Amino acid sequence: MAKTYEEINEKIKNGEAVVVTAEEIINIVERDGVEKAAKEVDVVTTATFGPMCSSGAFINVGHSKPKIKIKKAWLNNVNAYAGIAAVDLYLGATEIPENDPGNNSHPGRFRYGGGHVIQDLIDGKDVRLKAISYGTDCYPRKEINTKINIKDINQAYLCNPRNCYQNYNVAANLSNKTIYTYMGVLKPNLGNINYCSAGQLSPLLNDPLYKTIGIGTRIWIGGAQGHVYFQGTQHSPNGNRNEFNVPTGGAGTLALTGDMKEMNSDYVRGVSLIGYGVSLSVGVGIPIPILNEEILEHTTIKDKDIQAPIIDYSDAYPQAKPDIIKLTNYEDLKSGKIEVNGKEVSTSGLSSYKKALEIANILKNEIKEGKFYLSKPAELLPSVESKEKFKPLIER
Amino acid sequence: MISKKIVLRFNKEISGQPIVYKLIKNHNLVFNLLKAHVNPEEEGLLVMELTGESVDYDGGIKYLEEAGVDVQPFEKEIERDEKICTDCNACIAHCPTQALDIPDRKTMEVNFNHDKCIACEACVMVCPVNAMKVKF
Repeated sequence: MAKTYEEINEKIKNGEAVVVTAEEIINIVERDGVEKAAKEVDVVTTATFGPMCSSGAFINVGHSKPKIKIKKAWLNNVNAYAGIAAVDLYLGATEIPENDPGNNSHPGRFRYGGGHVIQDLIDGKDVRLKAISYGTDCYPRKEINTKINIKDINQAYLCNPRNCYQNYNVAANLSNKTIYTYMGVLKPNLGNINYCSAGQLSPLLNDPLYKTIGIGTRIWIGGAQGHVYFQGTQHSPNGNRNEFNVPTGGAGTLALTGDMKEMNSDYVRGVSLIGYGVSLSVGVGIPIPILNEEILEHTTIKDKDIQAPIIDYSDAYPQAKPDIIKLTNYEDLKSGKIEVNGKEVSTSGLSSYKKALEIANILKNEIKEGKFYLSKPAELLPSVESKEKFKPLIER
Repeated sequence: MISKKIVLRFNKEISGQPIVYKLIKNHNLVFNLLKAHVNPEEEGLLVMELTGESVDYDGGIKYLEEAGVDVQPFEKEIERDEKICTDCNACIAHCPTQALDIPDRKTMEVNFNHDKCIACEACVMVCPVNAMKVKF
């Protein structure tokens, strides 16, 4: 028995929608079976919270008097891209301050950067804007040095070209020295293993063939309502998949947007990755409408059925070699210890399952209370039948 | 007579040597062991209270440093700012004493047991949101 988006939204409006999290649906289907659960459950909520480097913010600071066409701009000394219209800026999450020593004194600490400026703006803190220009007849001013605040500027919205990676590498270090990576600090000789996924709660692992999450899907992002605006960069639906159609590596990605003025820094955090740089942890919740049994079945995916490749970040990853140490799964990773090459290795996550669960429950309650309606995608994402592939750069 | 709490860290190359035995025997010092740990990478960590005459104490510390032991005063305390911590658990694999751990693997909530903490600051280094702070 199929349902439509309109029918589900009508139920939400009447306060009758049955909404459960992607964790709760597992037991419901085990107890009631797919057929009964597909009839009764209307929406399954998914979520994730973790560092997503491909994030940033579009900001329109408003026109000063006299006007300036900004050529170069800094927000709290962090460079924001200004090569667009006069007072539009794009602040990237991984940008570091002009005077940051980087890795000159290795490992660099990277205590502040683009992600932290985004968090400061969301927190309602004043942020120092410095900008320079060359002056034109219509924009005569050549420099400006002032404070801005999110409540005064015209727009500030996240525009993240790649979030919610469907699945991801698990990082290990086979070398004999500590390495500092975007996957965290990895101790020598398989000293520890880091992963970064919400596993069974993660949005695209619950909709592995992109049957409902597409362009225009309304999402929960950082506490606000936002949207999927396109497939994310590096979207690659054609990789290896297991018997549940779940990719066993990177695969799909989402490009997301949402209004920072509505966000809460509990769910959007600047992060420092020692020896690597800064980033932004983004909390995202995505509802999956249970339109039919196939869509429901996909939401019952369990941690133990989601495999991910353990990659050596001292060699295979930086040297772009295809080698995989082995496939593991999220149940084992979340247990705290896994066995690799005959050795018991401690595991840590950069993604917070606790926050993801919190977000899945917030979204569930917002839908139940009629505060969040589902939107039918304007277009679906390229899926397994498309030719889209993740290509390396060929130097010539 | 002085008495100080110190943290000693031994790298893999020296963790198997009888350094503490020689420290006590040759420098006329009394020690009270507070914490001891050797991790799977064979790196050792000792927290002890060391008591003796000032000249013996200084000689003992000099001996430790020459033997390649990292000696730090144990005067620090680590605090977790629970409002800032996101429970991402990046710290877990770096904590040598399991002061940071996840008691319930279903909720994946990170627990900080202050009593087990030896203020080694490994968590301070790796915490992405700067939730672990050193307090002197």
